[in-house]
Amino acid sequence: MSEAPVYVIDSCTGCQICVSVCPFGAIEKRNGKAYITEACKVCGQCVDACPVNAIMMLETEVAETSTSKGIMVFAELNQGELHKVSYELLGKALELAAQLVEPVYAVIIGSDLEKSAEELINRGADKVFIYDHKDLKQFRDDPYSDLLTHCCREEEPSICLIGATSIGRSMGPRVAAKLHTGLTADCTSLEIDPETDLLQQTRPAYGGNIMATIITPNSRPQMATVRYKMFPEAKKVEKPTGVIIKKPIDKSRLTDRIKVVGFEEATEQISISDADIIVAGGLGMGEPEGFKLMEELASTLGGAVGASRPTVDEGWIDYRHQVGLSGRTVRPQVYMACGISGAVQHQAGMKTSDIIISINKDPEAPIFKISSLGVVGDLYEVIPRLIKKIKEHKKGA
Amino acid sequence: MSEGLNIVVCIKQVPETTEVEFDEETGRLKREGVAAVINPFDEYAIEEGLKIKEAYGGIVKVVTMGPPWAADALRDAIAMGADEGYLATDIAFAGADTWATSLTLAKVIKNVGDFDIIICGLKTTDGDTGQTGPEMAEHLGIPHICYVNNVSEIKDDKITLKRIMDDGVETLEAPLPLLLSVSKDINQPRLATLRGRLKAKKAEIKEITNKDLGIDPKEIGLDGSFTRVVKIFEPTTHEAGEVVKGTSDELVDAIFKKLQECKVI
Repeated sequence: MSEAPVYVIDSCTGCQICVSVCPFGAIEKRNGKAYITEACKVCGQCVDACPVNAIMMLETEVAETSTSKGIMVFAELNQGELHKVSYELLGKALELAAQLVEPVYAVIIGSDLEKSAEELINRGADKVFIYDHKDLKQFRDDPYSDLLTHCCREEEPSICLIGATSIGRSMGPRVAAKLHTGLTADCTSLEIDPETDLLQQTRPAYGGNIMATIITPNSRPQMATVRYKMFPEAKKVEKPTGVIIKKPIDKSRLTDRIKVVGFEEATEQISISDADIIVAGGLGMGEPEGFKLMEELASTLGGAVGASRPTVDEGWIDYRHQVGLSGRTVRPQVYMACGISGAVQHQAGMKTSDIIISINKDPEAPIFKISSLGVVGDLYEVIPRLIKKIKEHKKGA
Repeated sequence: MSEGLNIVVCIKQVPETTEVEFDEETGRLKREGVAAVINPFDEYAIEEGLKIKEAYGGIVKVVTMGPPWAADALRDAIAMGADEGYLATDIAFAGADTWATSLTLAKVIKNVGDFDIIICGLKTTDGDTGQTGPEMAEHLGIPHICYVNNVSEIKDDKITLKRIMDDGVETLEAPLPLLLSVSKDINQPRLATLRGRLKAKKAEIKEITNKDLGIDPKEIGLDGSFTRVVKIFEPTTHEAGEVVKGTSDELVDAIFKKLQECKVI
């Protein structure tokens, strides 16, 4: 019979302090003592809180991790150019590396990579590894995950950061599984614990209702996918000293079990995950045509159009615009919620936006509780006038 | 393929997330009276499994790992039309991160029999990682395709499908067996029928423990997990700012001023 990861020993006094600190309600009093139920997530808060040290947590063996050095950034390409998230990861990696006194590596997989590699050197990378081959021009599941795995095995970085894009989230888990290491999804904050030098990876869970800080103590690299637009981009350095290293590619690594037979480019000019400004419409617009107004405002501001789930369910707009728990999570500079009441599910996808501006007829709409500016009014009265005013302002400027 | 496809759908039971709130006073999740439901993303996986079965013949098995009461989620899937339910439950599985969970589920799937297509939801509403599917595929040594929003055809041990990437939609062809993570726009999940509910009530849920799987205890549960949660806290959210009422022109001015403040115009 295996032991549970967290267990109570006989010295438990039944004081129930642990019951009150458990974030998951996973402790009950049974037969006068604490009892850990299967709802336990092994966060260890009860272990720390117990006044008589009667709660134990199984410790795993500590593996040798000190040989791994360096912070590896997977520099993703988009249509042959470096994706902005790559610069953001590099910026964060440089900051962490300064603390750890370790080098910063970037790895690029693709075709015709010299220019991109130089760009990363100019922004402070110590080594840029390139896997350059015409067959790698577009993202391919098998070769890309094989080659990143290969690079991590050869270079043995202590940390590996990947953008939480559709590519990163597809290949990250495969690489982590191959490398037998932990992967923390969708991080919004990364810090080094000054005492242990471990990477503290913070991410939202439960639809953004809680934040969790996660570590990977005993395996390397410590891997994380990192949300786009969370960190500033690496800036150009005055005297770049990094080197580009071309990695040989074993032909067997170019085979892919999955064949691309077609590609249809996204029609929207700006995807909501990339937009700095999002103008989102809800059922409060009253009719599907309301999105035309949203589009007009969005294009005036250089932003993208978002939508609440009910409007997508009604077929007013494509699913790709959906913001919220079951749609996309966005974090623009400005989020304008128009005719969106602000259900918890919607808030989960946008509440970390820098500035939230809401327009709603109902002064009691929940969206106002998280809005930097709430406007009680008719969006059909307000928005056309706003568009006019912005256009006039632009002309004058 | 003469006997149809072996379709495995992996699901998870989660708290109804919209109701889970952080209690600032006690620093814990408010879970009293929170219902446990099938992870909403998994309903699309179940539906796609059922649609594939209806089109090509076969059997739909639903698999989950969790506490004994997770059997309810399997029954809900059977009520929708799935044929068999398998519950991996063992205290030794507790505390598993995505790596250990995916390894356990991979072994469970092998234990349950042959498989042609494994379908997962894109992610769960509690852990929210979307990693267990692709990690499972790696443990099984089969291809994995994320963000699938259309299964076009299955023929001669090959599947043709579409997936949404950030920059567009790819049409892909891949060999069976494989694992798919499906996006929410792939279908509209059906509701359980009364007959389905009755069938689900009587259905036998097969429980699987590590005795059946024989995985090295070092590779499951907390011991098999490479990550550790060290802190849980409430996110900082926006505090309510100003709420303005007035004439349309006043409202427009207020928004305009705010947009200028944040330098977007």
